[in-house]
Amino acid sequence: MLIYFLKRLGVAVLVALTVSVLTFSLIYLSGDPAMALAGEEATEADIALIRRVYGYDQPIIVQYWDWLTRALQGDLGRSHYLKEDIADVIFTRLPNTLILAACAITFALVLAIPLGVAAAIRPNSLIDRFALTVAVVGQALPSFWFALILIFFLGIQLRWLPITGTDSWMNFIMPAIALGYYVTPGVMRLTRAGMLEVLQSDYIRTAKAKGLRPIRVLFKHALRNAIIPVVSLAAVQFGFMLGGSIVIETIFSINGLGFLAWETIQRADLPMMQAIVLVFSIFYIVITFLADLLNAYLDPRIRIS
Amino acid sequence: MAPQESTPIAQPAGLPTAEEIMEPSPMAQMRKRVFGHYGIIIGGSTLLLIVLVAIFAPLLAPFDPILDQDLADKLKPPFWHDSPKYDPAHPLGTDLQGRDYLTRLMYGAQISLLIGFSAMLISLVIGTTLGVAAGYFGGRVDIIITFIITTRLSMPVVLVALAVVSLIGSSLWIVIGVLGLLIWDQFAVVMRSATMQIRNLDYVAAARACGCSTFHIVAKEIMPNVVNHLIVVATLEMAHAILLEAALSFLGLGVQPPTPSWGLMISEAKGMMFFDAWLIGIPGAALFALILSINLLGDGVRDVTAPENRN
Repeated sequence: MLIYFLKRLGVAVLVALTVSVLTFSLIYLSGDPAMALAGEEATEADIALIRRVYGYDQPIIVQYWDWLTRALQGDLGRSHYLKEDIADVIFTRLPNTLILAACAITFALVLAIPLGVAAAIRPNSLIDRFALTVAVVGQALPSFWFALILIFFLGIQLRWLPITGTDSWMNFIMPAIALGYYVTPGVMRLTRAGMLEVLQSDYIRTAKAKGLRPIRVLFKHALRNAIIPVVSLAAVQFGFMLGGSIVIETIFSINGLGFLAWETIQRADLPMMQAIVLVFSIFYIVITFLADLLNAYLDPRIRIS
Repeated sequence: MAPQESTPIAQPAGLPTAEEIMEPSPMAQMRKRVFGHYGIIIGGSTLLLIVLVAIFAPLLAPFDPILDQDLADKLKPPFWHDSPKYDPAHPLGTDLQGRDYLTRLMYGAQISLLIGFSAMLISLVIGTTLGVAAGYFGGRVDIIITFIITTRLSMPVVLVALAVVSLIGSSLWIVIGVLGLLIWDQFAVVMRSATMQIRNLDYVAAARACGCSTFHIVAKEIMPNVVNHLIVVATLEMAHAILLEAALSFLGLGVQPPTPSWGLMISEAKGMMFFDAWLIGIPGAALFALILSINLLGDGVRDVTAPENRN
């Protein structure tokens, strides 16, 4: 387990470093960041000043090293637009996004796992077909359109739920559904496939033959093994939700990281953009790393191979 | 022994002939599977309809999607709204600028299909090259390519696409290029594992023993046997690219106005949701139908080409 842990950690760190290089070079896509920052009416002297103040006159390697060492100490620089410390801004916005993502993944799992199990118990039954329909429809629904439909029906027509903001827990219901629905098909299919496979195995037959109660066989024996791949899929999807949160938070005006990302991109706030891409990526790397460890813990075959 | 004369055996009446007993040819079996599959029938015909509408939009559409705007004619309701404002010349109504919604919807299909297909082709080339190389050569090549895939996966597509488009400017071709360069991961992952399964089979070993070149083995022995996986991923990624384009355009960083993109149409109508929700409903439903038909077709191809892989 220790060797597996160290190997996996090494890969995670290497990936993080590569991502940091890519993220850093991102701002050079626009050409000269000093020129982009100065705007169209700036004189040569202004641009030269900006270049010196922000360190854009240094060799790129030096700039990268400075940026990386400061980022490792938790200093992500200052936002050009907000004139605030980037790490502070990100930390104040983070809770809303985490709450949203947690609600969304809970919604997805609570909907997908029972549905997947029910579909696997009776393949080709009515419930299996219903589950398949949910999956096929879920994969084809554009999340932003689904969010707008929810707003229209639950917010405007029925007036059940608030449309924007983060004042109460009610505000998170629609965004969580819109964000979580997209994850449901994958989790549902994987649960169903895993259960179908496990239910045919010898030890399940043995358990049934022993006369154990069907419920016990299903949940204690079968689901435990079928759920292992779902754990890592859910973790990966949790990471993807950060990306999805950009669209959903923008629609529902939730003051989280996704909304911040969109604002930042609109304002062309380069240091903030770098920081956000880095934070999103590192978050994903950490999540998948933890998921792999959990998987190796749950399924000993993984850590041996 | 005298040579026996071979007398033709008389066909007993009422029994089926040899051809009738024989198994249908593989092609006939395939035809039967394809046309007996609801997903393929429904998905295929819907997709075909959308493709035809997109191709013949200039002939079918009653107006020009951009130039024919008349502010006096703005926000005409669609035909199912029983309203005195309804104008039969605009069956799906008109948008905020008074442009015919049906026309813009038809031309929007062109944008979605063009972006989805081109971005998918770019990612297909990148992903397949990486995946097949990793799966076929294994060892160090595999380690490096797996690392590249992992790195790519750890950067969120929507965020990176938005950032890049905002930095280098947005046009149709930039959106296609950026999406194509970002969504190849699924091709690489699937092609890698499919190639790995085939690499050690006897016929590949035989080809190698015959002295075939690596290129020949990959092109003639491996590719034909992974092409069904390739088609399935291609449909999924085309749908993925179309959804991403719509999301980018919705956020204002994809295709730019006045181009009739479905995502952009939804974005432009966002403020009208209270009174004219159909403005959002129509392009969204079109988007949903397109993605659904592509996914159904992809699932169908998977079922038909590899029935054992179902579910």
